[in-house]
Amino acid sequence: MLELAIGIILGCCALGAGVAMIAGIGPGIGEGNAVAKACEAIGRQPESRGQVTTTMLMGCAVAETTGLYALVIAILLLFVAPGRFVDILMQFIG
Amino acid sequence: MKEKTARFKAVDILLLCLMVLPILVGIALKVLLIPAADGIEITGAHIFFTLKLPLWDLPITEAQVNSWLVMCSALFLCLYLTHGITAGVKTRRQGVAEWIVEKTEGLVDENMGDYFKSFGPFIAAILCLSAFSSLVTLVGLYPPTSDINIVGGWAILVFILITYYKMKCGPWHYVKSFAEPVAFLLPLNLVGEIATPVSMAFRHYGNVLSGSIIATLVAAGLQGVSHMVLAWLPGKLAEFPLLQIGLPAILSAYFDVFSGCLQAFIFAMLTMLYVAGAFSPEDYEKRKAKKKAKKAKAQ
Repeated sequence: MLELAIGIILGCCALGAGVAMIAGIGPGIGEGNAVAKACEAIGRQPESRGQVTTTMLMGCAVAETTGLYALVIAILLLFVAPGRFVDILMQFIG
Repeated sequence: MKEKTARFKAVDILLLCLMVLPILVGIALKVLLIPAADGIEITGAHIFFTLKLPLWDLPITEAQVNSWLVMCSALFLCLYLTHGITAGVKTRRQGVAEWIVEKTEGLVDENMGDYFKSFGPFIAAILCLSAFSSLVTLVGLYPPTSDINIVGGWAILVFILITYYKMKCGPWHYVKSFAEPVAFLLPLNLVGEIATPVSMAFRHYGNVLSGSIIATLVAAGLQGVSHMVLAWLPGKLAEFPLLQIGLPAILSAYFDVFSGCLQAFIFAMLTMLYVAGAFSPEDYEKRKAKKKAKKAKAQ
């Protein structure tokens, strides 16, 4: 019984990490859009290349934030949560 | 050009040695204190020892030690670059030092405006510490920036700076700024205020940590594949890491060098933008004028 419970905990943690990383889609699309627009802008005005690139990198970094939140949650679920949850289960059983 | 004296050269060599020494100390500490892992292992920073403090225990981790070593190394690098600096005579070293100072001051000028002209050294320090902290992975050390505690500390420092510059226009002005543009946005503004340092810390730490995790996984995967490919060879030859030669270096070039430097740049850039955005010189001038008028009235 205990093995089953621990197995469920581990499996659900791994599943949760996978589901959390679905958030990676958002920043991917967003950053792609940003880079596409930056390329267009450089194509129109090649002399403003430096400034456009800097602004684009900043925007990408900010757009990446939601993805990184998901990444942190996934990392916590993979490496920290299983131990904590098993500890809680053990305490519960006594 | 003046001939270099023996003493000058000796100091030069001493500074260079002191620059390399912290990195060597870091490698020695890693080799001596951390047990070698067999197979892949993804852990946080190892704890070297724990200091017993009256309120709570203070664990001294690999990340802290490495970050202090990087600081020492960067300090001696700066001393080396500015050693024997003169007003007129140009040496290559002086050119590098001047280029660094000019670039950072230009960056600060461009992004922060006139009032924050004195921020150059601070931004340069953030850039240099962050970049070198990520680059220590190249010699196999644990990068301090992949520990949330280190980056979180920097983010809290930036948060204090932001709050200080917001407070400059008066405490009442600061409190009122949370209820703008409409009063019921207060909770959102509070969350946004706290989200600033949290997102800064997570951004830097998440990027560096994800890079090192992916690099570890790829290295482990390549190990497995090369075992499979070379399984028909006899004896020790089967364990020859054929695919691990060179391939992880390409990943490392992206994750460690490019991503590390980019994150350092972004952290410094965000610091500049947030600090400059927290302070409006017009409001400050207004407050100053008001204070002056009050004083004149009282007299």
